[in-house]
Order: sequence, then structure tokens, then C-alpha cells
Amino acid sequence: MTQESKTNVNEATERAKAFHQHETMDDTELRIKIDESVTSQTAIFFATSLFWLLIGSIFGLIASYKMHWPDWLGEYAVLTFGRIRPAHLNTVAYGWISLAGAGTLLWMTSRLTRVPLQWGWMLYISAFLWNVGVAFGTAAILFGYSRGMEWLEFPRIAGAIIAVGFVFFALPILKTFVRRKVKHIYVSLWYILASVVWFPLLYLTANFGHYQGVVEAGMNWWYGHNLLTVWVTPIGLAIAYYFLPKVIGRPIYSYYLSLLGFWSFALFYNWNGIHHLIGGPLPTWLVTVSIVASVMMVIPVLAVAVNHHMTTFKHFNMLKYSPTLRFTVFGAMSYTAVSLQGSAMALRSINEVTHFTHYTVGHAHLGVYAFSTMLLFGAIYYIMPRLSKWEWPYPRLVRLHFWLTAIGVIIYVVALTIGGWYQGLNMNNSDVSFIDSVVKTIPYLYLRSLGGTLMVAGHLIFIYHFVLMVKRAGPRRFAPPWFKKPVEESAV
Amino acid sequence: MMFIRSFVFFFGVLATLLLGWAALVGIPDIMISEVKPPEGLERYTAEELFGRQIYIREGCLYCHSQQVRPEGFGADQDRLWGRPSVPADYVYDRPHLLGTMRTGPDLMNIGVRQTSVSWHMLHLYDPRLVVEESTMPPYPWLFEVKRTAGPDEYILDVPGNRVPEGKVVVATPEAEALVEYLLSLDRSFDAPQREVTNDDDE
Repeated sequence: MTQESKTNVNEATERAKAFHQHETMDDTELRIKIDESVTSQTAIFFATSLFWLLIGSIFGLIASYKMHWPDWLGEYAVLTFGRIRPAHLNTVAYGWISLAGAGTLLWMTSRLTRVPLQWGWMLYISAFLWNVGVAFGTAAILFGYSRGMEWLEFPRIAGAIIAVGFVFFALPILKTFVRRKVKHIYVSLWYILASVVWFPLLYLTANFGHYQGVVEAGMNWWYGHNLLTVWVTPIGLAIAYYFLPKVIGRPIYSYYLSLLGFWSFALFYNWNGIHHLIGGPLPTWLVTVSIVASVMMVIPVLAVAVNHHMTTFKHFNMLKYSPTLRFTVFGAMSYTAVSLQGSAMALRSINEVTHFTHYTVGHAHLGVYAFSTMLLFGAIYYIMPRLSKWEWPYPRLVRLHFWLTAIGVIIYVVALTIGGWYQGLNMNNSDVSFIDSVVKTIPYLYLRSLGGTLMVAGHLIFIYHFVLMVKRAGPRRFAPPWFKKPVEESAV
Repeated sequence: MMFIRSFVFFFGVLATLLLGWAALVGIPDIMISEVKPPEGLERYTAEELFGRQIYIREGCLYCHSQQVRPEGFGADQDRLWGRPSVPADYVYDRPHLLGTMRTGPDLMNIGVRQTSVSWHMLHLYDPRLVVEESTMPPYPWLFEVKRTAGPDEYILDVPGNRVPEGKVVVATPEAEALVEYLLSLDRSFDAPQREVTNDDDE
């Protein structure tokens, strides 16, 4: 290690100390007490989320291979593309992201309210119901009982089980908030509280409302996009707002920007959904409203981007050491990228090309993977050692996990962005036969499979490492799994 | 003070979501529920509805849309996929199957473009028998390979020597219903004049 980077780290450590200097020994004890109050609940959410990450990413990989090898496993009805693809989406969205997100949110809620978790027993019921709902819903899709609407494939019974599970998740969060011992409510907590109010409303309206024809299509995409608005994105932003300042040891850049970011996000984001139906048989005004709202999203996105990146700016050297920070910064940067891309994709001229193509699939993975999933990885790396009181045993595995998933998702997104754009141009040119527009995407689909394979390899390593940690196998460490060694660590 | 702040926060959070719902779902629901089924659009028969269930079960919607874009937006009109779709085309559709992906072509009017039962049967049994470069998966479980076909059963005319000697490939009731549904997809009738909701054609 160079002298310079050593100095930088020492500086950062000093700053972190200065930032926390008002805290006394009691604070540390309180934190330990808080962490202990959420330990088993958070661990259950994390462990089951990893199960769904494994299942879901294998489904995704099968679907990806099938796009260029259509006869592969072609004789098995349960594994046909049209079933495995929605099974992939639902397991990663409602299994992996939701459960890992729930675990992270409840831990952050306790930390940010500075009280031990209230009504913690409810979370066991929540985790149980949630897992049962996802398992039941996924089986229903695979065995042919899908409801046939994207993001809403689970049968209503599975939806009801998940909704009840969510209530048992929301109540402890709200109760803990009521008991809070802080005056100032930190921005991460705004997003958490908003999402626990939004999600049940959204989920119930979508699963149990009755609409006909194109209104149902509108509802479908109001819901589909809003699952990101009320749940996936707030989880990601709460994590980014929490861990960037925490790991860097500097306060967030601007309180007012976070305020602007939050309320403009709440106002504009849930009007976006109909941009999935541009060019479709819906009233023009309705589509236009969503396009306008999608472009307005530039405001919250830039507010959040400036806030995050100004906090990180000048501290990029710390990325060399901290696994959590590396995942978090990757995720925060992806958020800016995917959101600005999303606003652009809502413009009619661009949507004309990208709609109905793999470009959209690339965009979705830039959001749900490069943004949400990478932030969740970072959060789990930070939280787990504090719960299990055991450090991650092998920094090398963390590094491998990061590079496999980061490179994998970059290949994935770049391949589908280029391939999808090309597909759209061909599709919109009637001189090219339709089948040619399909055939010409195949090289990009192979690349996507390559990216996906790397990502899944990363997941396997992560899950293996997680199991080692829980079993307390491997060397005992007394320092975080720094990628380099900013401070002396010892292996016993 | 703290209580008021929390109240304002939660009220604001609720209001933003409800506003979005009202604009994107509630108001369109009131407006479009007045749309009458157009002349020329027939209700699905029981068999077509069963076929539609198979369409959903096998996830056809993840690669095929059912919505035709208007002139000047994509090449749907040049590809002769049918006139632009309007809300009235979907009054009998539940769940909607508009789709968001075109790994395969749009199917809004497939019953007009491809009327051959034998083509559809072979295409479902193994798409590459009829479209060499197709990337569509095969659906062998919708068919049965057996010694003799029953009196009402549809026998596939599979080219080459893929079928074992002395056996025939017959369509299951599921395959027959699915083909029936695909053939029913026909929105070639005139769109209702002055769609209440579309200001495009003025």
C-alpha cells in the first residue's frame, strides 16, 4: 500500500471520529442493544432472501439461454420460457429484493429511531407468510395458474398472503417510529415510512380491483411501475442515504436537496406507469400525462444524484477499501443512470424504437440489479457482522463477488441496450422482414447470457460466503473485510 | 409540533399515491366504462376462452403483443398488422393481453393474417417446421404421439421422418382450443367512429 493512500484512510478515520465525537460510550451500548433487538428477525429475512436470489437467478439464466437455444429443455412444460420468465421476475422482485429490503429497512428503522425494535414477534409471522406467499405464487406460475398480467402473475390467494405478511412488517416499523428517541427524522426514514404506507395500498388496489379491457392495462402498468416507486426505489434510496455518509464519515451534502428529492419523487413518480403503453390503444391525454411525469422525474433524480455524489466526491479513494461503500456507490451511480435513461425512454421519439424490444429488459436490469441489488449486497455486507458478531471470513470472496456481479451486469446492460436499439430500428423498418429483426438480436442475447452467468456465479460465491459466516467457519477476523489493509488486522 | 409534522408527512404521502391512482386508473375507468362493444366484435366462445387460458398459461404474452400502433409510430401499418387498436377492441378482454414485448410479431389480427389450421398446429408443435429461423419454443405437451387417432382428433402432417414409424401426432383439446383462439383474433372491422377517448384522428 502506498504512503498516500494510508494517509487518506487515516484522514477518513479521523473525520469519522470527529463526526461521531458527540457520541459517548452509551451510544455504542445502545447500538449493540438495538442490533440485538433485530438480530434474528433481520437474519431470517436475509437468509430467506438469499434462497430466492438463488432460485430466481437460476430461473433468469434458464430463460436467458432459452432465448437463443429455444429447444433446450423444450419438452418440459414447467420450464417453458413463458413460465420461467415470469417466475424469474416474481421470485427476484417479491422474494429477493423484497425480503432483503425488508430485513434492511427494519434494521435501519431501529438504528435511526434509536430504540430497540418494537413488536418484534410480528416479524416472524411476516417472514413466514411472505415466504409462503412467494413459494405458492411461484409454483402457481410454473404449473400454469398465472393471472396473466406482468408483475401480477401470482394468484390472488398468494397476493393476499403476501399482503397480510406486509402488514405484520409495517406495524413494527410504525410502532418503533412512534417510540422514537430522536427529534430529527433522517431522510432514510422518510423513504421507509412512506413505503410501508404506500405498498399495502398499492398492492391491494392492484390485486383486488376490478377493471376491464384497456383500463386494466393502465392499472397493470400503474401498478408495475409503482412497485418500483413505492417499494424497490425507496429501499435503494434509504440504503444509499444511510450508508454513504455512514461509511465515508461525512454528513449528507444537503438537507434541503434531500427534502426536495423526496417530495418531488412522491409527487411525480407514481404518475409514470402509462409510459409502458405509449403508442397503445389508450387515451392520448393519459399517455401524455405519464410522459410529462416521467420527464419531471429528472428533478428528484438530480436532487438525489447531487446529494449522493457530492457526499462521495473527494472520497473515491475509500472505494479501494470498503466493500459496502463500493457496492453502495455502484448502486447510487446506477440510480442516476437508470433514472435519466428512463425519463428519456418515455419520450415518444425514443420510445418508438425501444418499446417492445430487449432495450427495455436492459433498462430494467440496470434498475433492479445495478441499482437495487447492488445496494442490498452492500447493506448485507455491513449489517450481517453486526448481527452475528462475526466478520466475513474471506475478503477475497467479497472482491470476487463484486467484480463478477459488476462486470456481469455491465455486459448484460450494454449488450441489451445496443442489441435492443438495433432490434427496434429493424422492427420499425418494413424493408427488414420481421424474422430478421429477431435473428439479428441473437448475438446480443448470447452476450446477455454471458453477463447473466457471471452474475449468478457471483451470487453463488456470496451465498457460500454467507453460509460460512453464519456457521462461523473460516478464520475469525476482528476488522471488516477491507479489500486492502487500511488498518492492521489480525487473523487468529 | 412533532405530531403535526408527522400528520402532514403521512397525509402528503397518502395524497400523492391517491392522486396518481385517480389520474391513471380512476378517471380512465369512469371514461372508458362507457365504451360500447363495437359491431363486428364478437364475444369469445367457451372454446376460445379456454384457448385464451392456454395462451396465458404458456406465457405467450411475454413475446407477443396484442396492440397495433398507428401510422407514423413504428412500422405496424407498413407490415399490414391491421388498423390501429382502440379501447373498444378490448371490451371482452380480461385479463388484458396487450403485452410489452415483440420477440415475436403482434397477434392482434393473427386470425386474419394466418388462417391455416395446419400451419398453426405445426407451428405450436415445433415452430422451426414452418419458420426455419424462429426462436419460439416448441409446445410438445399440447400434442400426443400415439398409434391411432380417435374419430374427432386432429392429426398433424409432420414433414420428414420425425414421427416414429406407425405413429401419429394428434392435437390435444388444449392445442385445438388455442388454435381456435388464435384464429378468432380479428379486429379487421371498422373502428367505432369518434372514439370518445382518442383525439388522434381529428
